[in-house]
Amino acid sequence: MATLNVLVLVSILYVAFLFAVAFGADRAAARGRGTWLRSPLVYTLSLSVYCTAWTFYGAVGFAARSGLEFLTIYLGPTLIIIGWWWTLRKMVRVGRSQRITSIADLISSRFGKSNALAVCVTLLAVIGTTPYIALQLQSVTLSFAAFAEADPTRTDLPSPQSTALWVAAGLVVFTILFGTRNLDANERHHGVVMAIALEAVVKLFALLAVGVFVVWGLSGGIEPTLARIDASAIATWEVPGSRWVGLTLLSAAAFLCLPRMFQVMVVENEDEGHLRTAAWAFPVYLMLMSLFVVPIAAVGLDLMPAGTNPDLFVLTLPLSEGREGLAILSFLGGFSSATSMVIVAAIALSTMVSNHIVMPIWLSMTGGTAVMSGDVRNVALLARRLSIGLILFLGYLYFRLSGGGAALAAIGLISFVGVAQFLPALMGGLFWRGANRVGAIAGLGTGFVIWAYCLFLPSFGPTVFMPQSVLDIGPFGIGWMRPGALFGAVGMDPVIHAFLWSVSLNALVFVVVSIFSFPRPVERLQGAQFVNVFQHSGTSGGWSGGLAQSEDLLIMSQRIMGADEAQALFSSAAREQGIGGYLPEPTPDFLSQLERALAGSVGAATAHAMIGQIVGGSSVSVEDLMRVADETAQIMEYSSQLEAKTEEQARTARQLRQVNEKLTQISVQKDAFLSQISHELRTPMTSIRAFSEILRDADGLNAEVQSKYASIIHDEAIRLTRLLDDLLDLSVLENAQIVLNMQPAPLSQVLDRALVGAGITESEFAVRRNREDEEVMLHTDVDRLGQVFINLLANARKYCVADAPCVDIRVAQSDATLMIDFIDNGAGIPSGQQNTIFEKFARVSENKAGGAGLGLAICREIMARLGGRVEYLPGQAGAAFRVSLPQHGGGVAQAAQ
Amino acid sequence: MSDAPVPVFVEKRTYRRRRMADAARMMPLLGIGLFLVPLLWRGDGEVEGARTVSVMLYIFVAWVFLAGAAAIISRRLSPGDADPPDRKTG
Repeated sequence: MATLNVLVLVSILYVAFLFAVAFGADRAAARGRGTWLRSPLVYTLSLSVYCTAWTFYGAVGFAARSGLEFLTIYLGPTLIIIGWWWTLRKMVRVGRSQRITSIADLISSRFGKSNALAVCVTLLAVIGTTPYIALQLQSVTLSFAAFAEADPTRTDLPSPQSTALWVAAGLVVFTILFGTRNLDANERHHGVVMAIALEAVVKLFALLAVGVFVVWGLSGGIEPTLARIDASAIATWEVPGSRWVGLTLLSAAAFLCLPRMFQVMVVENEDEGHLRTAAWAFPVYLMLMSLFVVPIAAVGLDLMPAGTNPDLFVLTLPLSEGREGLAILSFLGGFSSATSMVIVAAIALSTMVSNHIVMPIWLSMTGGTAVMSGDVRNVALLARRLSIGLILFLGYLYFRLSGGGAALAAIGLISFVGVAQFLPALMGGLFWRGANRVGAIAGLGTGFVIWAYCLFLPSFGPTVFMPQSVLDIGPFGIGWMRPGALFGAVGMDPVIHAFLWSVSLNALVFVVVSIFSFPRPVERLQGAQFVNVFQHSGTSGGWSGGLAQSEDLLIMSQRIMGADEAQALFSSAAREQGIGGYLPEPTPDFLSQLERALAGSVGAATAHAMIGQIVGGSSVSVEDLMRVADETAQIMEYSSQLEAKTEEQARTARQLRQVNEKLTQISVQKDAFLSQISHELRTPMTSIRAFSEILRDADGLNAEVQSKYASIIHDEAIRLTRLLDDLLDLSVLENAQIVLNMQPAPLSQVLDRALVGAGITESEFAVRRNREDEEVMLHTDVDRLGQVFINLLANARKYCVADAPCVDIRVAQSDATLMIDFIDNGAGIPSGQQNTIFEKFARVSENKAGGAGLGLAICREIMARLGGRVEYLPGQAGAAFRVSLPQHGGGVAQAAQ
Repeated sequence: MSDAPVPVFVEKRTYRRRRMADAARMMPLLGIGLFLVPLLWRGDGEVEGARTVSVMLYIFVAWVFLAGAAAIISRRLSPGDADPPDRKTG
């Protein structure tokens, strides 16, 4: 039997296949063909990078040692992903809108792009992940050794170190090839994601195959398997409540905080909608992964000789039964689990190390003279490749140093607690605007120290980093500082103990320090951006290609310059480049042209920064700039509002001046009124008195003279009566005491009567009318309206001084208003008097004898009662008056009051 | 900007969608509740605790139920309106 050789061959073929898949996917994505690469299914499967070799092999070992407790490792992530609406949705949205590249980037961006914080997170992530990588190397080595042991043809066992070294080297090659092919701003790796999705299928299939084999092949069905579990050492449910709850919380926290989970969940996310599928599909995946764990553990405990490592039951059970094919499948499953974790973790960590540690150091060493952009890109790629090598080397080193002895699950949990320290800063950053950088650094530091002190350093065993005396009685004999029983918490499970104290004190310090310190402006800006991400991030469309960039530039320019101007600029630039439409290529020429155009609106520095942000890196997100632009627009609007207000005030002032003038005039008129009325009354009274005295005193007047004098007295009395009638009429109208007699009548008829009433005859006074226009039915007080017309026509007759006097009656309708204009061809009314002619006793000229000056005042009052208006129409041939009347009896209601 | 009044009455579709979002928010709480139940079944030395098999079956049933409920809810939260605002003021 050459099992080992077959295994090596199959493994190499499998790896080659993975290379091919990754290569194909990268090519497809580069050509823009790979829509299937972006399916929610691939996204869900890529999440399975959570299930590492620890899960694949270790879960069975975990179950064999402590029964159902292993489930907590899956229940935590299940709770998180079915609660995607709370956290994951927000994380993904923030990740996309801020173009986050790693969890260190997220935390540092949120807290004002603090590089110190990014370095802290990166270091903690590296320290927390290294043991985990070692764990994967160990699992591959152990499974390989298990095969070697079972292979009788093999005499010399390969050394575990050399296997691990080969695996590590292979992983470095794969990760560098597919993880650092391009330095895309989005940090997406289609090839890697596709390979991982494939590996997810392989590991699930392998575990299910082993499970089916164990249940139906070895135990003979479901019933006997359940009976076997009942008979095993793990038959009773006796998980301590603290561990059940604590480990579930821990795995939930780790699911959110693990750098590799962040990489696949947020950074590699193509579409926010994929979360909707993952929300149910990933729990199903986890459920299937754990479905056969307990049966395999129980059967393994039953069948395998005592002392066999339960971590490898998945592999050794088929091997011991002589099922080499199944064993090889199982090996491939474990191998897939290990490699996918290492690859993603290495990519995530190398991004963090190169972005937050290597690049800042390199830039400061070269004094920031890297003018060539290609220069920086090469350095970044090199830094990333070196980081990948370094991280895997650290993992290998850890594996060598720790000797690969400890139980797999223990290392996994230690690592979980380490990365769970990000949780307070992460959640606080996403949901609490008050969280700030100092608080985050303090909290992380506190959590890290407690984790290292209580869990990480003791995990190397006594005497390596910590003397036994410290573990037993505490440092310097201080009992409450014992690493395993902090603050007197004796008898707790070490992992739960460390998790509880580190995360709770971390959160406490984070909150308290945040409350009592003051954030910088960038922190506050970023805080608002992160916490309210749903309020000001649009749809989550991808950024790809130059045209998308041009579109962003266009959107921004439109907000600053106005839509028309910006579109004109863009389309002319596009025409110059020989492209149709509105989106030119963002060439340097075009960009500098645009920058100059924008500088006119927002200033040169801002324009440069804004274009730089869209075209170049993205230290401030596009949304930020949009808001800056919006703010500018708001300020402009505000200032224009102020202008409008000033104008309105000026208008009011003008109106006030006009009113004041009018009031002064009215006051003069009032004085004039009194003298007028006494004069008006006295003139006829004087005549009446004089003639009546003559009649009384003078004797011998003949009848003719008597009759003449008597008729003078009579005429003057009539004149007096008319004057008094008018005054009375006016006073009644002014006090709204009249009763209107509403009735229908055609306008032409009213005008006919008015012409007769005004004594206008065609011979002496020409009247121009358009009878068609006058065919309008009125519903109004016809007599009163007629009185107005008579007054206006009589005025025209009296005051029109033209040689061939003529009045033009024009009827027009607009909306619900009927307008009747009376325009004569006389001299008109001087503009100074146009305001006052409707006042009482206002007379245009004293030279022409006439009425008492009450006619127009009465007209105005009548029209007001009828719901209309009479006004002087300036700018006509002669004097022109316009009578406006609501057409549908609008004055009725008013008149009835 | 944020002074725009939040409407009291919304379209029926919007209302449904918001309630679905509420349901999505409730899912983890439901999950926590379901997964805590087995803790009530532990023995305390005198009383015999539940068997691993029954707890295992219970957990798997609860798991499938949660996945199914999550599937129904995410299907109802159609992609076009994946971001009904929590307190969007426009």
